[in-house]
Amino acid sequence: MAKLKELAAQKERFVGGHRGCAGCGASIIARQVLMAAENPVVVGASTGCLEVFSTIYPYSAWNVPYIHNAFENVAATMAGVEAAYKVLKAKGKISKDLRFIAFGGDGGTYDIGIQALSGMIERRHRVLYVCYNNEAYMNTGIQRSSATPRGAHTTTSPAGKVIPGKLQPRKNLTEIIIAHEPAYAAQATFGYWNDLITKVRKALDAEGPSFLNVYAPCRLGWAYAPEKTVKVSKMAVESCIWPLYEYQDGKYRITIKPKEKKPIDEFLKMQGRFAHLFKWKDDVPIKEFQEEVDYIWNRLLKRSEVL
Amino acid sequence: MIVARTGNEAMAEAMRQINPDVVAAYPITPATEIVQLFSKFVNDGLVDTEFVPVESEHSACSACVGASASGARVMTSTSSQGLALMHEILFIAAGLRLPITICLVNRSLSSPINIHCDHSDTMASRDAGWLQIYTENAQEAYDTTIQLVKIAEQALLPGIASTDAFIISHGMERVELIDDKEVPKFLGERKLNYSLLDVDNPITLGPLDLQDYFFEHKRSEIDAMDNVLPIIEKVQKEFGDKFGRYYPIVDEYKMDDAEVAILVMGSTGGTAKVTVERMREKGKKVGLVRARVYRPFPKDAMTKALSKPKVVGVMDRSDTMSTLGGHLYNDARSILYKSDKQPLMKNYIYGLGGRDISIEEIEAIYGQLFDIQKSGEVDKDVVYFGVRGE
Ligand SMILES: Cc1ncc(C[n+]2csc(CCOP(=O)(O)OP(=O)(O)O)c2C)c(N)n1
Ligand code: SF4
Ligand SMILES: [Mg+2]
Repeated sequence: MAKLKELAAQKERFVGGHRGCAGCGASIIARQVLMAAENPVVVGASTGCLEVFSTIYPYSAWNVPYIHNAFENVAATMAGVEAAYKVLKAKGKISKDLRFIAFGGDGGTYDIGIQALSGMIERRHRVLYVCYNNEAYMNTGIQRSSATPRGAHTTTSPAGKVIPGKLQPRKNLTEIIIAHEPAYAAQATFGYWNDLITKVRKALDAEGPSFLNVYAPCRLGWAYAPEKTVKVSKMAVESCIWPLYEYQDGKYRITIKPKEKKPIDEFLKMQGRFAHLFKWKDDVPIKEFQEEVDYIWNRLLKRSEVL
Repeated sequence: MIVARTGNEAMAEAMRQINPDVVAAYPITPATEIVQLFSKFVNDGLVDTEFVPVESEHSACSACVGASASGARVMTSTSSQGLALMHEILFIAAGLRLPITICLVNRSLSSPINIHCDHSDTMASRDAGWLQIYTENAQEAYDTTIQLVKIAEQALLPGIASTDAFIISHGMERVELIDDKEVPKFLGERKLNYSLLDVDNPITLGPLDLQDYFFEHKRSEIDAMDNVLPIIEKVQKEFGDKFGRYYPIVDEYKMDDAEVAILVMGSTGGTAKVTVERMREKGKKVGLVRARVYRPFPKDAMTKALSKPKVVGVMDRSDTMSTLGGHLYNDARSILYKSDKQPLMKNYIYGLGGRDISIEEIEAIYGQLFDIQKSGEVDKDVVYFGVRGE
């Protein structure tokens, strides 16, 4: 368990003054992940909101070494950084014990960057890959990704007169990553900050590739008031839209089990991106979404120990 | 040591002796062998390299960027579609001023798919901000690979050393190898201004650079290109002084009294040299210019060379698809625009997809150039040489 007082006393590694929206979930994730790291870290980021708002030259929000290469290749870039570290350490040119963290948006991770990520894990690079998952391409103006949930309005899956937003369910990337047998994988979100920090530490301690899929409410793309960000993050967990669990050594563990599983309506109602579903001619889209959430949650319950 | 080596083997030997910190690479014909041989060196413990067998060339180049930004000496190898897949990241590597070296085998780009030699792959990347050196034989490929690592690190620019597919990559030749111990001595350690791994001095690399600074940063990259030729000359001279093999920026052959000349790149340079010798024996005043360093384009040396003859035939193994002919031709014409000694010029696009070019054919081209000299006129600026229906 991390202590809030100790965390608050740390020197900030991801500082304020950047140009993220007020209430941006991605920025909270960057800050919390770096707070959790106990070793010096080197960070990479893929093209996307986080990269854009944190490094507008000549400013940088990063108080740690940072590299941005392109959209789809942060996993490969950090694989290269880690490879350099291994050899330079073996040659005695580096003495410190470093950790490596790649940040990618859901677009840069689920979609265009999935190949590089798969390769990075398969080759067993000791890099923690953090997908800050705001469920759409926010930087380019809220387009759908394969992480966008069914029913959500985005600018390329608009809530129309005959089609109510995105039709397809989300890709379950966490399970795809687990199939790679990483050293550690988990889902997290900043509303449960202690859970997130514990998972970051476990991931960084694991001797091999690790992956965190961190739910990142986005006030702009999800359309809610900035001050609601943490509430939305928590409601995602309470409604089992975003189960918090981890996978290590062949074992699944649910790390936060909601006391009372809320219907997804409560989550959907908080956000403008689902508003049209409540005005739809029938309740089919919401029902199907609820069924999907239940199916995945029940499957997870069967697989998991519950902490 | 004198050995028999193919171009690929020679480049792989150079890589073994360079002993780079990181190699991230992906197989593609005809460069696969370089990667295979190198993996064997790694697994036999002959190098200290961290070999990253990536899942694509895009990731190869991306990993090279990460490793190079971390202070490592980094190399890779590819060809054709592989270089095309790297395309996006080539510009980023150059913009970040990372001295990565690619051992490249020139192969035509699809479509149609083909595995043989032309220069369409590197030409498509010529504006990426990488140094490009085209070699004539396995010896030059070996020597250039070693030189390029040093040049790139001094100029803070990435570079491509290339050979012609199969003609050089798979052709067995006599190669003189440098002593294993001498190569690291020649190269020295990579000097770093900064490194991603220096956690006490954190840097932000690859930030968003908008209207207020981007242009200055791009300008400084262009500056590096502007200033690199003296570095290349210096390293080539050091190499020559140490190992006895001197290379020019622009390779001139029998140009002093040449009435007509051809301008070529790559292995055709060798074929053309034999042609020149044969024709000279018959009293024909022919000469040859070979563009060894192609990026940056060595305008002064090239202007000097091309100003000597009355007629120049530019042989391009690639086409710009602009109806303006080949890449080399366009560059050569452009630098002569202000010259008071403008030769008549004709462009021969030849050898696409690996079609062979023979001594007899080059002789025929020289014959046409003499005709142009006589008539004082170029009937057709761009011709496709050795293609059916032309
Ligand atoms: C190869 C390539 N294609 C498209 C883009 C345009 N682009 C930049 S960021 C982005 C979306 C990023 O989405 P995500 O990874 O989810 O991050 P977010 O902005 O949502 O934080 C896109 C499509 C690009 N930069 N590079
Ligand atoms: S659009 Fe969303 S992800 Fe992007 S800065 Fe705003 S809140 Fe953050
Ligand atoms: Mg996103």
